[in-house]
Amino acid sequence: MTDALRQFLSRHPGVVRLAVVVAILIVWEIAARFFIDPMFIAPPSRVIASLGAVWDTSGVPAALRITLFELAVAFAISTIIGLTVGLAVGLQPFARRSVMPIILLLYGLPQITILPIFILLFGIGPPSKIAFGVTHGTFAIIIAIVAGVQNLKPILLTSARSMGASRWQILRWVVFPHMIPSFFAGMRLGMSGVLLGVLLAELYVSTQGIGHFTTMFTETFDPTKLFGLIAMLAVMAITLNEIVRRAEIRFSRWR
Amino acid sequence: MEFRKERVGAGGRAVQIGFLLVLLALWYLATNRWGVNRLLLPNPISVWHQLLDVLRTGEYLPDLRVTLTELAAAFSLSLTFGTVIGFFVSRTGYTIRVFDPLFAGIYSIPIILFLPLYVLFFGLGPASKIALGATISFFPIVLSTIAGFGNVDRTLVTAARAMGASNYHLFRYVLLPAALPVILGGIRMGFTVALLSIIGSETLASLAGLGHHIVQLAEGMDMPRMFAYIVFVVAIAALLNGIVSFLEARGRRWA
Repeated sequence: MTDALRQFLSRHPGVVRLAVVVAILIVWEIAARFFIDPMFIAPPSRVIASLGAVWDTSGVPAALRITLFELAVAFAISTIIGLTVGLAVGLQPFARRSVMPIILLLYGLPQITILPIFILLFGIGPPSKIAFGVTHGTFAIIIAIVAGVQNLKPILLTSARSMGASRWQILRWVVFPHMIPSFFAGMRLGMSGVLLGVLLAELYVSTQGIGHFTTMFTETFDPTKLFGLIAMLAVMAITLNEIVRRAEIRFSRWR
Repeated sequence: MEFRKERVGAGGRAVQIGFLLVLLALWYLATNRWGVNRLLLPNPISVWHQLLDVLRTGEYLPDLRVTLTELAAAFSLSLTFGTVIGFFVSRTGYTIRVFDPLFAGIYSIPIILFLPLYVLFFGLGPASKIALGATISFFPIVLSTIAGFGNVDRTLVTAARAMGASNYHLFRYVLLPAALPVILGGIRMGFTVALLSIIGSETLASLAGLGHHIVQLAEGMDMPRMFAYIVFVVAIAALLNGIVSFLEARGRRWA
């Protein structure tokens, strides 16, 4: 019996992983129910029970929709800018050598310090969140695309050119297929950047988005609903991340 | 696929310097000639004077001390827990398969989401920043520690054992040198995200610190001084990251 169990567990580490998560939830449940002031923390059972109430709070579904909209728009803009700039900079060795250090420098800056400027420029509505998401997402995509172009084997370009391929044909048949893995890797990094940027801006100031509700639940000491809302957002973030990760795995398989 | 640094060359340097000069010139012209609103974009010269004033009066010292204390506390927590937990997880292939996906999964959630919970639980003071910074930087450190110690060539370990190495000798002369480069990369990344998340959470909700000061100036519409402060904070962040990168390079050579 124990041997069979041990064999089962060693073949399925996921079961043990699940058990670890459940154990953490149980410790949390006991701590929150009996040891910690309910003003500050909520047991997971009550959080799950409160999900319906959070969803019914007037404005929450709309706020989640607005946040999702901001994420989608910011991600689309980041991808377009990242792809065009990445290709323009990456395909030209001189541009790559001269411009890339500037891009890496900008990527390394702590952008959170300029968040107040974004609010001044774009207001406290969705545009400032989208803009902040774009600045967080674009650079990661640019860098991944440039890395993809950089790793293109020169012999492929030379042979395509010697066989008389036009500029467009080289792009279409040599550069694009070889860039697909790095493009999707860039999309994955860009998605986590966009999530970070949009959520930072939401938490900083917000009138309709989820930032408004996290502030409200915090200020009214309603940890149950706060945990519920954050759990919903976490699920949204995980889903978006998972979509781009799956796409990356799927489209880089041909290598 | 990562971006490889390339030799920049004189022409590239000229482009970079030219880019910065053009940017400064545009900034100057925009404020002095084209009448861009001073509330959106202050004059570069007044920003420069404000920066000198900030540096001379030393008014940044209390904020800098708060931020650096939070950073030191958060980073030492995540460094200790990340390397110790990572080392013990990496000891058997089974624990790696149980815990590695768990940590990687949590790492893919934007942890900044939990800031409202941390503020509710730890208050507006330094404790919530330390907790958030420690949480966010824990994951890159623990994941790289697992990857570093987990991927040591088995042959090396077996050979060292066969030649009679003690546990200490095995760790000091086989495991550590093999794993250190990977771990140091994770530690540098952990440091960067700890710094970012601490400045970020100070910006979002706090009572003191560099991020808090920027927001205060933004809310007081004191634009030239706010820009000066942003320049100052960016310089501090660049300096700290530079020091850590230098230490990382030193550590790699030592191993």
